[in-house]
This record gives sequence, structure tokens and C-alpha cells, in this order.
Amino acid sequence: MTQPQPPAGPAPTALRLRGRARRRAQRVPYALLLPALLGLTFLVLPLAGLLIRAPWSTLSQQLSSSQVWDALRLSLVCATAATGLSLLLGVPLAWLLARTEFPGRRIVRALVTLPLVLPPVVGGVALLLVLGRNGIVGRWLDAAFGITLPFHTSGVVIAEAFVAMPFLVISVEGALRAADPRYEEAAATLGASRLTAFRRVTLPLIAPGIGAGAVLAWARALGEFGATITFAGNFPGQTQTMPLAVYLAMETDPEAAIALSLVLLAVSVAVLAGLRERWMSAP
Amino acid sequence: MTTTARRTAVAAAAALALAGGLAACSSSSTPAASGSSVSAAASSKVTGTVTVFAASSLQGTFTALGKKFEAANPGVKVTFNFGGSSALAQSINSGAPADVFAAASPATMKTVTDAKGATTSTVFVRNTLEIAVPKGNPKHIAVLKDLAGAGLKVALCAKEVPCGAAAVTALNAAGVKLTPVTLEQDVKSALTKVELGEVDASLVYKTDVQADAAKISGVDFPEAAKAVNDYPIAALTKAPNSAGAAAFTAYILSPEGRQVLTAAGFQAP
Repeated sequence: MTQPQPPAGPAPTALRLRGRARRRAQRVPYALLLPALLGLTFLVLPLAGLLIRAPWSTLSQQLSSSQVWDALRLSLVCATAATGLSLLLGVPLAWLLARTEFPGRRIVRALVTLPLVLPPVVGGVALLLVLGRNGIVGRWLDAAFGITLPFHTSGVVIAEAFVAMPFLVISVEGALRAADPRYEEAAATLGASRLTAFRRVTLPLIAPGIGAGAVLAWARALGEFGATITFAGNFPGQTQTMPLAVYLAMETDPEAAIALSLVLLAVSVAVLAGLRERWMSAP
Repeated sequence: MTTTARRTAVAAAAALALAGGLAACSSSSTPAASGSSVSAAASSKVTGTVTVFAASSLQGTFTALGKKFEAANPGVKVTFNFGGSSALAQSINSGAPADVFAAASPATMKTVTDAKGATTSTVFVRNTLEIAVPKGNPKHIAVLKDLAGAGLKVALCAKEVPCGAAAVTALNAAGVKLTPVTLEQDVKSALTKVELGEVDASLVYKTDVQADAAKISGVDFPEAAKAVNDYPIAALTKAPNSAGAAAFTAYILSPEGRQVLTAAGFQAP
């Protein structure tokens, strides 16, 4: 997506410099600085620990098994598919919540965000009871189409989308609420249908919001553990994503678990670095 | 405006996640903390909280035995942490405040004794595998080889946990090659998949089948004799409540403890 370009000329640079000077002149109060630094240490130290305790000498050996790369590939594919599914269903849902009035909208909104608060394992159990082979919907899927979702890669995508979609919906809904509806109204006065206005006016307007939501959802899906292991099970190459591989490796071989964690950490850092400029930069 | 709304949402989500994490931490550490206040001054008299980490296959029997132990020792509270033996061993080695560890295999106990977490361990029961099928055995599974049948969904324990290691041994002994649909992280989750009808069969401990007899049927198979799991128990060296640890371990090894365990399908060592 295109970033709003700063106007040409020296003015913005000068402004920024002046702003920086003013900020430096003010002393940072210790009451804020201390907890801030503590917070930073709290977030960074565990990751540093991972790097310190990493079995660097045997790392290449630890990561040479094909199971590691199977798990990584599966993680990336499933997280991306789950994000796609979330976009497909989540953006219209966000639009419904932000742009329409219907009775019980607040309740619907609360329900949409429920998976955000729910422990993912509970989500996995719920999915199993509904979409499992003997589930309320799953039984019918099995009988009519021969589709069984648990223990299949599609089950991983479903589990990840279940926990990740609320992040996207919340993000997009926020963007929609912030976007001026008068643009859509103007489009309507010019003869555009509501769908056309959504497609041609609203979507480009909230694209950064959608992007941020998609990144959040993707990150959440990549790290998904509880719902996946409960609903989709654990089998290498089929449903064993990286977090599951890390968990099981930790049971017997902490060094292998650290090596796998490093791979996941590297992927996360790479993704953040790649997307930072586009979506995650604070103004 | 867009970013503000988005940031508020993200901050709210982060706050919720953090609150959840902290709540989980405090609830799991409270019983251990209250147990650590017990001093050795009370010598033979057991008080406080005894924290027992036990293999998930011991859940039913140990919960019952814990109640009996509490009744016999007024003022004592037994708290349990049931899970895959290997995961429990890892958390003990990482400093989890446990008093007693009961594992489903000598190999997992060894990881604790090797790390100087315990000096000695005693085998208190043995357990064998059984094929778990939904009540009434709808797929008519009779022998281990039937599990490799086409279209049959089988859940096994992951080879990292004792029930999975035993399953691999039994399948190798029988010369059966089978591709399970899932490798579960502990024996109870493997059994749950059968109970919910998500899989057609699983290899679990005999005791688990017996404990869930209302919904699960068991099929014995001769190769199970080649994959018998010994269950060792140990009072841990870093036990916050060492008197309680010794007393509970002795109770499990007592005739009364043995009786409850064998009644549940465990074999005497």
C-alpha cells in the first residue's frame, strides 16, 4: 500500500528537528522511566535467555531433521491460510458491526471478541464438539461430504482462524469507525450502490487498518497452540505446527526445543522487520 | 484517529492476555507457597500442603488416595499436578516446587534423578497397554493388527511420553506398522479422542480403560506383555515439605495404597 508522501521541501525535516529538541529538553520523570525500563527488561530478557542457552554448536544438527522444516512450512502455510480466511469473513463482519444498526449489535460484538479472552484450549474443545466427527455440524459434514476436519491440515487452519479472526475484526472495525462515512455517502449520492461504495471507497480508505489487523491475526495464528493441539491433534507433516513441535520436544529434549524456538523467533523477527515500515510504524 | 482506535484495541487485548497469564501464575503457585512454610521442626507430624506431580494415568487413583491421606492426617492438604510424565519431569528439573514425583516410566524418573532432583525412587506399580475402543467396539477390533486397517483412525501417545514409548515397543513387537492420525501429548488426551468418537481406537493403559468403563471398552492383546511400564515414585530432594513428601510416598507404598492401585487395574511390581 502507498504511504502518504510528505510534501516536498525542507519544512518537515526542520519541524521534526525542533520537535526532537523540545522533547530532549524535558526530563523524563523517574516514576515513568523506571517501570518502563523494567517492562522492557521483562519483555526482552526471556528472549535473550533463549539466545544465551541456545546449543549453538549442535544447532545445525538439531535443525537438520526434515521434521523441523515440515513443521515450519506447515506453520507458515496454515497461519497464512487462517489469515486469508479471517480476511474473507472478518472484514465483512467488521463492516456489519461498524456500519449497520441492528438489535443486539453490542451482544454480537461481545461474542465476536470472546475468542480473544477465551483460553485457546477451550476454543479447541468447543471446535471439537461442533466440527468433530461426532460434532453437531461435523457429523453432518462427514455424512454429506465425507469431510472430517480434526487431524487434518484444514483443522489447523480452522483452529487458528478461530483464535486469530477477532484480532482482525477489532482492528478493521476500529478503522471503519475512524473512517469518515461521508465519503461513502458522497459515493451513494453519485449513484454508487452500497457494495460499490464499500469496494471502491471504504476498502481503500481502511486498507492500513486491514493490513494491521491481518498482521496481528497472522502473528496470533503462527503462535497458536492450545486450540490446534486440542482440535487438530498432533502429527508430523499433517497437523504438527512449530509450537506443537516445540512443546513436545521440551518433554524430552530441551536443546531441540530451544533450537526450534530460535527458528520461530527468527521468523517472527523477519516478519516484523519486513512489515514494520508498512503497517506497524507509529506516527 | 485510525491508529488511536487500533492501539486502544491492541492495548486492551494485551492487558487481558497479561491479566489472564498472571491469574494462571498465581493460582498454580499458591498451594506450593503455603506448603513451604512448613518447617522440619514438626518432625514426624505432617502438616501443610504436599504437592504431588504425577503421571496423568494416575489421576483417578492418586486423587482418591490423596483424599484418604488427608483424612488420615488432619490439617494436611494434598495438591496434585497431573500431566505427561516427561513434561512434569522437565518442570521439576526447572525448579517447580514439587514434593513428590510419580512417573509412568523409569526413563522419565531418570531425568529427575540425573539432575539430582531425587536420590532414590521406588517402583510402586506396573501398567500394561490395552486397545481402547468406543463402548461396544463398533469396528470389531480384536487384535493389534486390526488397527492398521484401512480407514481406521487411531490416536497414539507421542513417543516422547511413556505411553507412546510403550505403544511403539508393542507395535514393533507385533510387527505392525500403522500411521496414527494424531500423537497426543498425554494418555488422557488420547483416551478423550476415543471417548468423543473422533478416533476409532487408541493404545492406552489398562487402568485408563477401566477408569472410563462407562464410555470405553478395552481389548487385550498379547504383545502388551512386551511393553510393561514400571511406575517409580520419589520424594524430591528439594521438596518444600520434605516431611510431607516422605509421608505421602510411604502411604502410596503401604498396603492400603497398593490396594487402591491394584483395584484400579494396576499390577503390583
